[in-house]
Amino acid sequence: MTNKFDINNTFDPDNENQAPKVSKEVATKLPTPAKGVDHYLRRTDTDPKAAKRAERQVAAFFGASSLFTLIFVVSFFAIPRETKIAVSLIGVTSAQNIVLGTSFGLAILFIGIGAIHWAKKLMPDVEMVQERKEMKPADEVQQEALDAFRVGATESGVGQRKLIRRSLLGALALFPLPFVVMLRDLGPAPKGELRKTAWQEDLHIVTDITYEKIRPEDIPVGNLISAMPENILEIQEEEGNLNERGKSAILLVRMRPEDIKSQQGPDWDYQGIVAYSKICTHVGCPIALYEQRTHHLLCPCHQSTFDLADSGQPIFGPAARRLPQLAITVDEEGYLVARQGFQEPIGPSFWERGA
Amino acid sequence: MANLAKFRRNRFASVLVLFFALAVVSIGFSGVNKLVTPAAAKIGSEESLVDKGSALFAEGCSSCHGLNGQGTSDGPTLAGVGAASVHFQVSTGRMPMAAPGAQVMRKAPSYNEEETLALAAYVATFGPGPAIPSEEQVNEWQNASVSEGGELFRTNCAQCHNFAGSGGALTNGKYAPSLGQATPLQIYEAMITGPQSMPIFSDETLTPESKAAIIRYIQELNKSENPGGMDLGRLGPVTEGLVLWVVGLGVLIIFAVWIGARVR
Repeated sequence: MTNKFDINNTFDPDNENQAPKVSKEVATKLPTPAKGVDHYLRRTDTDPKAAKRAERQVAAFFGASSLFTLIFVVSFFAIPRETKIAVSLIGVTSAQNIVLGTSFGLAILFIGIGAIHWAKKLMPDVEMVQERKEMKPADEVQQEALDAFRVGATESGVGQRKLIRRSLLGALALFPLPFVVMLRDLGPAPKGELRKTAWQEDLHIVTDITYEKIRPEDIPVGNLISAMPENILEIQEEEGNLNERGKSAILLVRMRPEDIKSQQGPDWDYQGIVAYSKICTHVGCPIALYEQRTHHLLCPCHQSTFDLADSGQPIFGPAARRLPQLAITVDEEGYLVARQGFQEPIGPSFWERGA
Repeated sequence: MANLAKFRRNRFASVLVLFFALAVVSIGFSGVNKLVTPAAAKIGSEESLVDKGSALFAEGCSSCHGLNGQGTSDGPTLAGVGAASVHFQVSTGRMPMAAPGAQVMRKAPSYNEEETLALAAYVATFGPGPAIPSEEQVNEWQNASVSEGGELFRTNCAQCHNFAGSGGALTNGKYAPSLGQATPLQIYEAMITGPQSMPIFSDETLTPESKAAIIRYIQELNKSENPGGMDLGRLGPVTEGLVLWVVGLGVLIIFAVWIGARVR
């Protein structure tokens, strides 16, 4: 028996063995079999045993689905919610969760697999051609729509009632105005806030979260402190947002004075304690992955790396500018204070920043 | 018989000394709120611990760190690292080191707790450094606030160790390890000694109360469950997205290929 034969022989509505069992009337409305396409018979088309086997397989898939649905229902009541189970890869988690999810998923999966298997093995697989309908509606349908529109226009009196027509046109013309007005929210252009932070002369440096003043002798070599200006909480209260926190965050690091290769200003450190902005100059991520042995500071977002022993210069990654340094000293009580504000804008570049 | 008696006396003495040393450190701490340098080293009965540590050091550590801990080309000097640093490195199995590399990894410890304390006591005699925090000091975490710890953790620790303490990559093959296996004592020691790339968080700038809160937060993180299972390392959207794209889409593609395949 050959597997390949002419398409015209494969689909014959009168042939009980090969055609779908539909009335002749319905069969003529179905898409017509494609002409000139090679068609291969499946084993289930030619071998009744194979067809019977495929039928049993499909039934088995549907049966499996029923089984898992029943497992779902039973385990919903049978497994206590608190029971934990250890599953490899997944870890320790709720047994009920796992069983419910798995059984429900498999129940619907097996319906799908059964349906696909049925369609592929047993349903007719003759190549069909279905002509696309014309997009343009019939002339009388078009005419009907146009007539309806004209009747509507006449009945509404939009031609005669000038007051209504004009006021409607006015309303429609004005309606886009809010969208134009809202463009104003793109501005106003920032004034000083991109260039200035809260840091200024004699402002105490305090630890973040705990807000304690810091004495230099409490910082051993290799120590890292996330710090803020002492008035940060008042500023936050006043401004009602966290913008200043995002700008004024600094890192304090102590290294051996002989390890410091360069700084952004003469003696901007205090006995080896240097303060740098915590905001990455690339796109402004908070950056604190400090490696105390290399003095490298790594940004977690895009791996920009800065050398805090060498003026905060970028040595790797997309950041193009150095991390701004804050000049520090101590007040008469021995607490660390800023000597002045940042001398360059912190954080990422912006249009008006200049070089 | 004389040998046996000596042996028993030695064992008894070292346990007693340990207990005494811990008591001294904790009382001293509550008094001055400052880390006490190994005061116990000055006490005569401490000597047996130091002697034992000296023997262990000569055998297991001196080949890299030098016979007197002065350091060699293979290992840094241990003068001034303190007992806490030794206890951290040895009890986490990082020392003795298996092989040199960018990062020394955690493994099963080679010394038991007693030997570790002996080594720590001996190395502490090289120079002043952070002492092992007292049991009281470490156990303070049980009374600390989780939410405060979370805030401090996210400000001071999460950038390297990840929001869930899962660790993360640093530069040139270095990485911040996961905190899943770290004991409260080891976490405390890591903060005051700054092992490997980690900076120091001294008790003066990150107070013992803050440290207790951080430890509490890490303990809560480690025991918190994953209701859905499969935390994917708690690394966040990167691993989750990767699994979804590879496994999720992969399965869908396999089904699509199967549905479209020609049947014989």
